[in-house]
Amino acid sequence: MKVEFSEEALQQYKDILQRYPEKRAALLPTLHLAQQEFGWISREVMQYLSELMDIPVTVILDTVSFYTMFKTKPSGKYHIQVCSTLSCALRGSREIYEHLTSKLGIQAGEVTPDGKFSLVKVECLGSCGTAPVVQINDDYYEGMTPEKLDKILDELE
Amino acid sequence: MVSSPSEKTKIVVGMASCGIAAGAGDVYNALKEKIEKENLPIVLEKTGCIGACYREPLVEVQTPGLPTVIYGDVSVKRLEMILEKHVKNGEVLANWVVKGEGIHTSEDALFEKQVRIVLRNAGEIDPERIEDYLSRQGYQAIRKVLLNMKPEDVINEIRNSGLRGRGGAGFPTGLKWQFARQSPGKEKYIICNGDEGDPGAFMDRSVMEGDPRSVLEGMLIAGYAIGAQEGFIYVRAEYPLAVKRLQIAIEQARERGFLGKRILGTNFSFDISLKLGAGAFVCGEETALIASIEGKRGMPRLRPPFPAVKGLWGKPTNINNVETFANVPWIILNGAKKFAALGTEKSKGTKVFALAGKIKRGGMVEVPMGISLREVIFDIGGGIANDREFKAVQLGGPSGGCVPANLLDTPVDYESLNQTGAIMGSGGMVVMDDRTCMVDVARFFLNFTQEESCGKCTFCRLGTKRMLEILERITRGEGKPEDLDKLEKLAYNIKKGSLCGLGQTAPNPVLTTLKYFRDEYEAHIFEKRCPAKSCRDLIGYRVIPENCTGCTLCARVCPVNAISGERKQVHYINPEICTRCGACYEVCNFDAIEVFSPVELAETVDE
Repeated sequence: MKVEFSEEALQQYKDILQRYPEKRAALLPTLHLAQQEFGWISREVMQYLSELMDIPVTVILDTVSFYTMFKTKPSGKYHIQVCSTLSCALRGSREIYEHLTSKLGIQAGEVTPDGKFSLVKVECLGSCGTAPVVQINDDYYEGMTPEKLDKILDELE
Repeated sequence: MVSSPSEKTKIVVGMASCGIAAGAGDVYNALKEKIEKENLPIVLEKTGCIGACYREPLVEVQTPGLPTVIYGDVSVKRLEMILEKHVKNGEVLANWVVKGEGIHTSEDALFEKQVRIVLRNAGEIDPERIEDYLSRQGYQAIRKVLLNMKPEDVINEIRNSGLRGRGGAGFPTGLKWQFARQSPGKEKYIICNGDEGDPGAFMDRSVMEGDPRSVLEGMLIAGYAIGAQEGFIYVRAEYPLAVKRLQIAIEQARERGFLGKRILGTNFSFDISLKLGAGAFVCGEETALIASIEGKRGMPRLRPPFPAVKGLWGKPTNINNVETFANVPWIILNGAKKFAALGTEKSKGTKVFALAGKIKRGGMVEVPMGISLREVIFDIGGGIANDREFKAVQLGGPSGGCVPANLLDTPVDYESLNQTGAIMGSGGMVVMDDRTCMVDVARFFLNFTQEESCGKCTFCRLGTKRMLEILERITRGEGKPEDLDKLEKLAYNIKKGSLCGLGQTAPNPVLTTLKYFRDEYEAHIFEKRCPAKSCRDLIGYRVIPENCTGCTLCARVCPVNAISGERKQVHYINPEICTRCGACYEVCNFDAIEVFSPVELAETVDE
């Protein structure tokens, strides 16, 4: 499969470039854009960006590997992030995580065989007032209990 | 305020992340649909977080002739009742009121002890509408500055106010601005550090979501003061709603001429862009943050030169935190004197705290400096969840420390908190009760820092890992007598051998827990016992036969089928199968499950 930005993404990329005095500074926003466009940052994506931005592919890999939000392997249709920081742990995030591993049959960093769910443990999502918190794709779910979580997962197509 | 009868009812739904996650979106949509469908005479608006996250979704109702009230825990069902009773029949539903004029609730102290400067608009305005901000003196401070003040006057005003950096370190803001102003160079930058990442901290998210323009205005004023033309807000990509609202605020400011060329007809030009992080805690450190904006790995570098001299792209740069900037317009409008009147000798103004952990009212509060920790936790926060016993409060995240119960009267100011071994930090307050194991708390933070260490300094990269391994084996009951000495020695070396604040402060959570809770460490190591009965390898669960009614609830929730027993018969937990997850303990309605230390049990049997 050939990796290439859509016309719309290409336009967004050009807008990003204009904001900075040098190309390298556009790398992070371009990687965010690429992740939105392709779902994850594969070697092919890095190769494409390297040619597009005229930045060596090793430099791109160097940056990608530093930041945890850039996915270097595909995630499930629903990407579940369980906050496992202290403030969530004090309110039961470990039970939430264990419930998910037994329900989905996968561990952190894995994807279900049908590609529907992927699971990761993350650090503070910044919603500690109503812990524990689970983020599914872009949405936060708070005050989680195994029962609430079951209901949410069952409703996801 | 009692509205006049001719007006329509106005309903305002709290739509910050906390509200939305609690279901505010459903409430908002249901109401919107109902208003349209039934053509109800109701004005519907949305706003940011008022801080009472534990009662979300929150809905404010202003009905003509009735006091304005805020209802808590509003579901779609409750909303129907509110519309029927309150709006239609003019009957205030007192039981659901969180805050209302003339109505006393158990939550009064939550609001009475607060002083809201940073959060002056949060929960009062629709953060997506510039008009709301303008109606509350928005952009008046930049107007005053541009038309009546010289840059030096602005710096003096901020210096006189005593404002110190709210990111945690507490460096005087005015002085920082002065350094950046004095640095030679035509091109200068302002950066707003919105890379909030301390576990337990969510103040900056709330400010950016609830009142993004106060941050923009603070940056504009700083830009004028130091002579910068451009600003960046570096914000965590994990905060999509904050990003969206900042973006809207920036675009509206450009449309109205508060950002761009020749602002308000003066010679001052300034623009602001957003830069998203990508999940690296260390980027909150200022030199790492600059590297990240430049598109590199976010690794800190040696200071000096400080960013004020050599910052973004080598140019003089001033970096302040979100909360610091949000204070600035208020200080300009109300005067340094009024700000400095609040607080203690060296810590002026207010501080926003995020209350989390085992506290009754989790959420956001803003208090005057100098208030005691006890007042914040017990009067404002309502005390400990489930009325358990207070053990400690963790301040300042992974750079901070735990303050024990006997120091609860410590005032909230930079110096007093430093004396306890904790720090003011960015404002996370994680409260712990008697069931929290302090060794485990230290383990959590070291797990965090060793993951987030950028890897540049050997002691930080490897030292934190070794500390974590020691803490892990202590919590497993495999600690060795020499472990405590080893921890202290590693802590000393990591502090000495690290370049940036992350490494230099990483051992603090271990050092403060060792200082105040050494007995807990010793119990784990020498007696193989967890005094808080929290570490799974050192506890067991069992049924108290006298209390068990045989309801079978525990057996049904047990994920590993370790519980057996007939209906109406006393149940039994098989310790061989039990994974000590605590699910049975949580669900039992008859207090018939207890946690015990197997070691203690063995001792009693021996006797």
